[in-house]
Amino acid sequence: MIEVENLFVHYGRGASRFEAVSGVSFKVERGETYGLVGESGSGKSSVMNAIAGRHEDWEGTIHLASSKVLPRKRSRADRLNVQIVFQDPYGSVHPKHPVGQSIEEPLVINRAPNRQARVADLLKNVGLPGHFRYRFPHQISGGQRQRVSIARALALGSPIMLLDEPTSALDVSVQAEILNLLQDLKQKNQLTYLIVTHDMGVVAHMCDRIGVMKDGVIVEELTKAQLISGQVKHPYTRELRAASLGEEASLEISV
Amino acid sequence: MAAKPILSIQNLEITFPMAHRDFRAVKGVSFDVGNEKVGLIGESGSGKSLTGRSILRLLPGNAQARADAIRFEDRDLLGLSEAQMREIRGSRIAMILQDPKFSLNPVMTVGDQIAETCQIHLRLDKKQAYSKVVDLLERVHIRNPERVYGLFPHEVSGGMGQRIMIAMMIVARPSLIIADEPTSALDVSVRQQVLRILDELREDRPTGLLFITHDLNLVRSFCDRVVIMYAGQVMETLEARDLDNAKHPYTRGLLEALPRLDRPRERLSVLKRDPEWLKETAK
Repeated sequence: MIEVENLFVHYGRGASRFEAVSGVSFKVERGETYGLVGESGSGKSSVMNAIAGRHEDWEGTIHLASSKVLPRKRSRADRLNVQIVFQDPYGSVHPKHPVGQSIEEPLVINRAPNRQARVADLLKNVGLPGHFRYRFPHQISGGQRQRVSIARALALGSPIMLLDEPTSALDVSVQAEILNLLQDLKQKNQLTYLIVTHDMGVVAHMCDRIGVMKDGVIVEELTKAQLISGQVKHPYTRELRAASLGEEASLEISV
Repeated sequence: MAAKPILSIQNLEITFPMAHRDFRAVKGVSFDVGNEKVGLIGESGSGKSLTGRSILRLLPGNAQARADAIRFEDRDLLGLSEAQMREIRGSRIAMILQDPKFSLNPVMTVGDQIAETCQIHLRLDKKQAYSKVVDLLERVHIRNPERVYGLFPHEVSGGMGQRIMIAMMIVARPSLIIADEPTSALDVSVRQQVLRILDELREDRPTGLLFITHDLNLVRSFCDRVVIMYAGQVMETLEARDLDNAKHPYTRGLLEALPRLDRPRERLSVLKRDPEWLKETAK
């Protein structure tokens, strides 16, 4: 469903040109959940932005739903294949639009029919009561807002969903609700997920396969079972795993 | 804790007056902090940060705090004048905040900021302050402290910024450190370093650490005791190593909701909130 081969992502130009991703390749099958983990600056979000078409300065090949996409121009059909849910629901839903309008917007842009009924449907799918469409983002909680951005991402029936730290701004109890919702939606709509996160617990819970990123490359690829049982080879993966388990990782103190 | 606690809070209430009905953000919270690491956990809105701030009397202007007592060492903080309070802030009780980006002065080099603290609290002259700063930076494991002295906050990483904050906090050797989400903005590997530095600071002198966080995993491994807050009330207090055997349904619910590497589950259970919890402790 997602095929990334030898991806390089750059930022800036001239002397300050910076290579954020240096040759990343991975494949995500239809219906699979793939997790990219790493710390800030590892390039995981850059990979996601290249796939989503939010960043243009990249080289390599990306196939989405068997269609090759290019850095600059994307056809309407290609764009319809991918939707993205962002980390911070406070920043990603328009503060002055009622949430119904935010959910409707992709439908309006794509001239979809029966928009009102679709919005009602989408709200129901993400577990929000119908009258919530008239609420403004500041009138609902963070978890509910994240549900709204998920509803918006579902609106066009795109098969691929990119999740950028979908729960790191939420409380543990709310995180559980959103993760369960994502699991249910995936089953129901046969979605393919690419999750970017730094939380090993979330990754182990959600993902079938995991790519561990550091300094712009995938240092190790694991299955869920390998991650849980601890069959990891790369010291960096071991470190992340230990930190998540709350063990005192044998880290060198460095600046 | 057989010894006298460093900090003892009894029946703390924080209210925000509203037009119709006052909003009670913290309702009757009591706990002690001795020479130990106490984790104060709760979700957003549980009142944990307000509780932490009320110890230093740094609440927003419209908040009203009342308590039977907030005893720190031998004094009742509630009875002190603003001037006496200033003596305590920073020198006896220090506070570390979540994001160094917002807590450091952006137009002053980090070294000068720490030096300023040294000049105020220790009454050192400029030259003494400089060598003290270099000392402190070394203590928080910053390599090449002379170079870091001249950097501005935007030139240092999050982890280094947080260590600089810690260096500034320990200038006057406080006996109580309140850390409000000190590692939430940091990457996991850096987080461990910061925690270890906090540990080291407590070695040579009895220091209470009140660690305010929402991160259960962190508390389990780092703290000695845990106070769990929900909707402005303390639900239960227990030893951190017993966290997994917690009795209270709220704590259990939080633990169940947490995706964990060592206990994979098909589905996460969702916390069910019970209004009964709030009556139990209200008495």
